[in-house]
Amino acid sequence: MSGTFLHDALIYLAAAIVFVPIAKKLGMGSVLGYLLGGIIIGPFFLGLIGQEGKDIMHFAEFGVVMMLFLAGLELDPSTFWRMRKLVLGAGSLQVGLTSLTCFALFLLLGFNWQTSLAIGLALSMSSTAIIMQTFREKGLTKTQSAKSSLAVSIFQDVSVIPILALLPLLAVAVIHKTSAGPSSFIEDLPGWAQTLTLLVAANIVIGAGRFIFTPFLRFIARIHLRELFTIAALLIVIGTAYFMILLGLSPALGTFLAGVVLANSQFRHELESDIEPFKGILLGLFFIAVGASINFNQFISNPLMIIGLVCGIILIKAAVLFMTGKIAGLSFDQNMMFTVVLAQVGEFAFLLFPFIYQLNILSVEWTDTLMGVTAISMTLTPLLLLINERLILPNFGVKEAPEEKEADSIDTQHTVIIAGFGHFGSTVGRFLRANGIHATILDNDSDRVDLLRKMGFKVFYGDATRVDILKSAGAEQAKILITAIDSPETNHELIEKTKEIFPNLTVMVRAKSRIDAYELIDAGVESIYRESLDTSVRLGVDALVKMGFRRHTAVRAGQNFIKYDEEALKRLAAHRHDKEAYLFKTREQIEVQEQLLANDREVNPTLYDHAWDSDLFEEKFSEEKSGK
Amino acid sequence: MNKILILFAHPRFEKSKTNRALLKNIEQQEGVTLNDLYEQYPDFNIDIDREKELLQANQVIIWHHPLYMYSAPPMLKQWIDLVMEHGWAHGRNGNNLKDKIIFNTLTAGGTREAYAAGQHNNFTIREFLIPFEQTATLCKMIYLPPFAVHGTHLLKAQDLEGYARLYRSLLEKLAKGEFNIEFMQRFPYLNDWLSKETGDI
Repeated sequence: MSGTFLHDALIYLAAAIVFVPIAKKLGMGSVLGYLLGGIIIGPFFLGLIGQEGKDIMHFAEFGVVMMLFLAGLELDPSTFWRMRKLVLGAGSLQVGLTSLTCFALFLLLGFNWQTSLAIGLALSMSSTAIIMQTFREKGLTKTQSAKSSLAVSIFQDVSVIPILALLPLLAVAVIHKTSAGPSSFIEDLPGWAQTLTLLVAANIVIGAGRFIFTPFLRFIARIHLRELFTIAALLIVIGTAYFMILLGLSPALGTFLAGVVLANSQFRHELESDIEPFKGILLGLFFIAVGASINFNQFISNPLMIIGLVCGIILIKAAVLFMTGKIAGLSFDQNMMFTVVLAQVGEFAFLLFPFIYQLNILSVEWTDTLMGVTAISMTLTPLLLLINERLILPNFGVKEAPEEKEADSIDTQHTVIIAGFGHFGSTVGRFLRANGIHATILDNDSDRVDLLRKMGFKVFYGDATRVDILKSAGAEQAKILITAIDSPETNHELIEKTKEIFPNLTVMVRAKSRIDAYELIDAGVESIYRESLDTSVRLGVDALVKMGFRRHTAVRAGQNFIKYDEEALKRLAAHRHDKEAYLFKTREQIEVQEQLLANDREVNPTLYDHAWDSDLFEEKFSEEKSGK
Repeated sequence: MNKILILFAHPRFEKSKTNRALLKNIEQQEGVTLNDLYEQYPDFNIDIDREKELLQANQVIIWHHPLYMYSAPPMLKQWIDLVMEHGWAHGRNGNNLKDKIIFNTLTAGGTREAYAAGQHNNFTIREFLIPFEQTATLCKMIYLPPFAVHGTHLLKAQDLEGYARLYRSLLEKLAKGEFNIEFMQRFPYLNDWLSKETGDI
């Protein structure tokens, strides 16, 4: 058994290592890389994972279970409350309308109303995994489309529970016996009792969360052993999943509920930071599993039907989403993004279809077909995103380059380019503008680009790391490139490209942190601006003033501290390479803090002011007198 | 060969035609270092150690500044207060500046005639510069009369060029050591000494 596990792990990891970099190099994003990797190692091509014809859920299951745990953990009540209008409005509109349209479609295809309704509900779900990964990777998490997508996916996540409760009521005949797994008592119950069981089970999990898990975690937290805390969290997750299996319910539902319960506990933030490093890996595993689960035999035996279903469902979902976006007031670009990101059938379908099958609402062939459709629709999403980004938006949405002015107006060559016009870049831009320096701006938020153009800024829309956009923004003639992008990775990429292609451009960089600044120094950047330095010192200066320091003394102490800290940064950056061992970032962060705290005691706030210090003067003077 | 350090303090150098003319390409002159204080210390946070090193490396020091309200801009006062400190520049063991030459180069809107008893400004430039003179004396330095450009608002481009040439020839003489201190100190302005030496203007 452990041999199989190691074998599988080896193949999953190798697939990710091989295919994700290829996809990234081709500019397609990691999701497609994982999916392609999954397809290649899957039963149809190399057959390294799973066996042909085997229930596809078996190899996707682990990924789905963990994915839903993450989805549950993302459901934080404060976000929900803050976005309640959008969640309830856009969410219910999307789920309701998509379900209804799909319901009608499947009625027309000749299914009875119970089956059509069950399918419709399952198809209305979108993929939280794709939404999370896409927006994070593109650095668009703060845009309107990301917010609306999050709102809709929150509504979908929440509505899974009532849908699961409702489905047994639609069951028309005897329930299928599941062949394997622990025996459960739910199978022999009538529909209404199953609904009741599910509701009771869900309430038990939620109740346990409040009265057992939270005190338990509090107890563990007091032991102050970080890994024990993570272990306890996993124990809760797997325990809940096992409890659900015993009841004959979906383990994925169990972990989802456990996630929700833990998200609502006071330990939410600890859990999030504990799980954060695993998140990407789990998402990747999930996408590989989805890719591997696509049954190409089925596709070959009936290609037209599959293609028809995939296209039809995506079109219906897209149409509903576009309308929803319109009503929610999204601009065209944001709405297109919102529409494409949510148009696939999501991972909840992997949970819902087997359940529907188990309830004997759907035949095994159709279950397989629809799960295949789900997987294909997810695979298509990154491709559709690419089409949207490269073909639709540049031609119909906010233009990448500003509209050409009439020939007679003189276009002053802007010699400053600002990449990223968020809170940091915009402050820089406003300051320059107030002093008569007009900068060319690069940004990837279409709403912001629209607004800025209306206000008369010269704005280029798109990914600042794309050489053609940099060129059209005038990078060849410009003097200074200010990179103020939020994501350090994007900043680094931009700097590398600039050094290679526009070596004459002076680069001034926003650094997120000290470690980020070290890496920029390594990359050969000279003008580095840590976003937290000046503000923190200014606050410290004001704190000194409130503690009774004279304002001028405090301000000078602040100036000296910044000067000292900048010097220390350069010194320590060089020193960093003395160590041969590779250090983890967090570990390094702690070490840096230690070094800094030790050195800071040497900073004398009156370093340069002793001539003003009458105490010192008197001392010296009396020394001299006694010397005589 | 004397090395010369110009301590230049002007908060609006970019708007000062006179000073731009005086200092144009000045560092190309042999032995001259320009220390542009407002450029170097925009936050008035003077690096004392750097300044002391510069002072030690030069034999002739020039306080070069516009005359604002009969004195220098605040940066120069701050520089004097912090750099020329007790125990280093003056006091029993403060001998680091001993026997170095120092003087003011200044630009003033008012004419030379207006700086006299009974005139608009009532006192001579030399009188207004007494604090500088005594500071230099305290630091055991040799204080010379000022080099001054008066009536700056009225100057034409060719006048400015003339002053720039004059300043350059002053720096050259100081660098080459072609001067007699006692003789120089007899003149109210270094400008006068120069015209005596060269015979022009």
